[in-house]
Amino acid sequence: MPKIKSSIIWLQGLTCNGNSHSFLNYAHMERFATSFDILYHPLLLGDTSFEAILQSDVRVDFLILEGALSRDGDILQKFGYPFHKILDELSTRAKYIICAGSCASFGGIFRLKDETKISGALFNGKNKGGYWNEKTNVINIPGCPMHPAWLIDTLFLLQKEDKISLDEFLRPKEIFSYFTHHGCLRNEYFEWKVDSKQLGEKEGCLFYEYGCQGPMTHANCNKILWNGVGSKTRAGSPCLGCTEFDFPKVGLYETHTNMSLPQTPFGISKRAYYSLAGIAKSFKIDRLERKLIDENN
Amino acid sequence: MDKKSKKSEKILDAALLLFSKNGFYATTIPDIAKAMGMSVGNIYNYFSSKEKLAKEIIKYSSDILGEEIRKVNEQKLSSKEKIRAIVAVYFDMASTKPQHINYFLRVYLANKEVFKEGCEGMLCVSAFVTELMIFFEDGVAKGELRNQDFFSAFGLFMGYLGGFVFLNGEGVLNKDLNDYVDDIALNIYHALKLQ
Repeated sequence: MPKIKSSIIWLQGLTCNGNSHSFLNYAHMERFATSFDILYHPLLLGDTSFEAILQSDVRVDFLILEGALSRDGDILQKFGYPFHKILDELSTRAKYIICAGSCASFGGIFRLKDETKISGALFNGKNKGGYWNEKTNVINIPGCPMHPAWLIDTLFLLQKEDKISLDEFLRPKEIFSYFTHHGCLRNEYFEWKVDSKQLGEKEGCLFYEYGCQGPMTHANCNKILWNGVGSKTRAGSPCLGCTEFDFPKVGLYETHTNMSLPQTPFGISKRAYYSLAGIAKSFKIDRLERKLIDENN
Repeated sequence: MDKKSKKSEKILDAALLLFSKNGFYATTIPDIAKAMGMSVGNIYNYFSSKEKLAKEIIKYSSDILGEEIRKVNEQKLSSKEKIRAIVAVYFDMASTKPQHINYFLRVYLANKEVFKEGCEGMLCVSAFVTELMIFFEDGVAKGELRNQDFFSAFGLFMGYLGGFVFLNGEGVLNKDLNDYVDDIALNIYHALKLQ
């Protein structure tokens, strides 16, 4: 007996296609395809037209939303319809609504254009109340873009278990209980307060000069890695905090300080952090000041 | 606090008085033992050397002053009010327990060779400096103080207070130290506030 696959409709709001591209980079697409049927995706050729799906009464297991949402027909239309007509119809037919990426989750960069008209599905930035005020079947997978495994692991989990543990921003805890800081190869430099001298180098911590948001950003980027090999911080670029409700902040590549003091890591009091940082900064660790690979030594 | 810790603290107090009055080099372990009514050998049971004792004293004083500033930080006050409260705390300590401030100015700052190992950077004054960090950061976050380099603000604040206590110690001031609190607090506030 053939395996029953879960059905997916992928709908785009205001988007750059980044999450679709990330999804298409999934390394085990064949395995995914044995368990899921994509009835519609705007970048893929399907058997049925979107119009036919819309006019039918087909139900789906997963409605995946990519991009920021708006009820304003002047801002967002698809196939000649105001977007809200499509989304309001399809959302009633979906078992789960998955927000793929930060724009669908919180509004993202598009929200900055007009916060009163553009938002995420259930959140407008930090605040509850986005495209919908209330819905119990929405799951947020933020990121700019999201990691493809975050989406697909979540789909597999829901297909198998039909339940999932979410945090206060409706993000799966299995993924978003971690911080980007966890597993960062620069942790020793963070501990001893040794800054990176320039972007892209192997040495130094990017927290003090280059605005790294790793200690405040919920994501397991440095645990599961991107394309199986790297992450922003491993490549010498700061974490930009893209899985958080306030992404994108202004001045992403600089550390914002008050009297030279940076924001403290998530859940760490100022007194605890400044004490420890002040002590660590009192020492100069020669090994950490040198190049990691020194051809002359 | 156990018996040994209590005794250690009494030795710190006695040594603090002698060091701050007579200086680090002119004060000997036998002087401290005599002031305590203890044997010299017994002092070494608590502190293995005079240098070690000197380092413990600066941490001890920093903890005491830090604790006082922490109380100010934990009150719901404006930055202007906190500045006044910190100046008042500092001058009160300089008046009632001058040994702490004198130790900082006349022993810790004047004999850096004693403290260079074990008190690197801010290590031995961390409790006090941390509270100033919290005060400054909070003032900027609330939009009351101008955002600037930490040390330029810290130096203005503590350099001013330390210098003034030094003048007081030299006996050149016309008034009681505590009578200067309002004026000095206002000067510091005007220098640090968001313009």
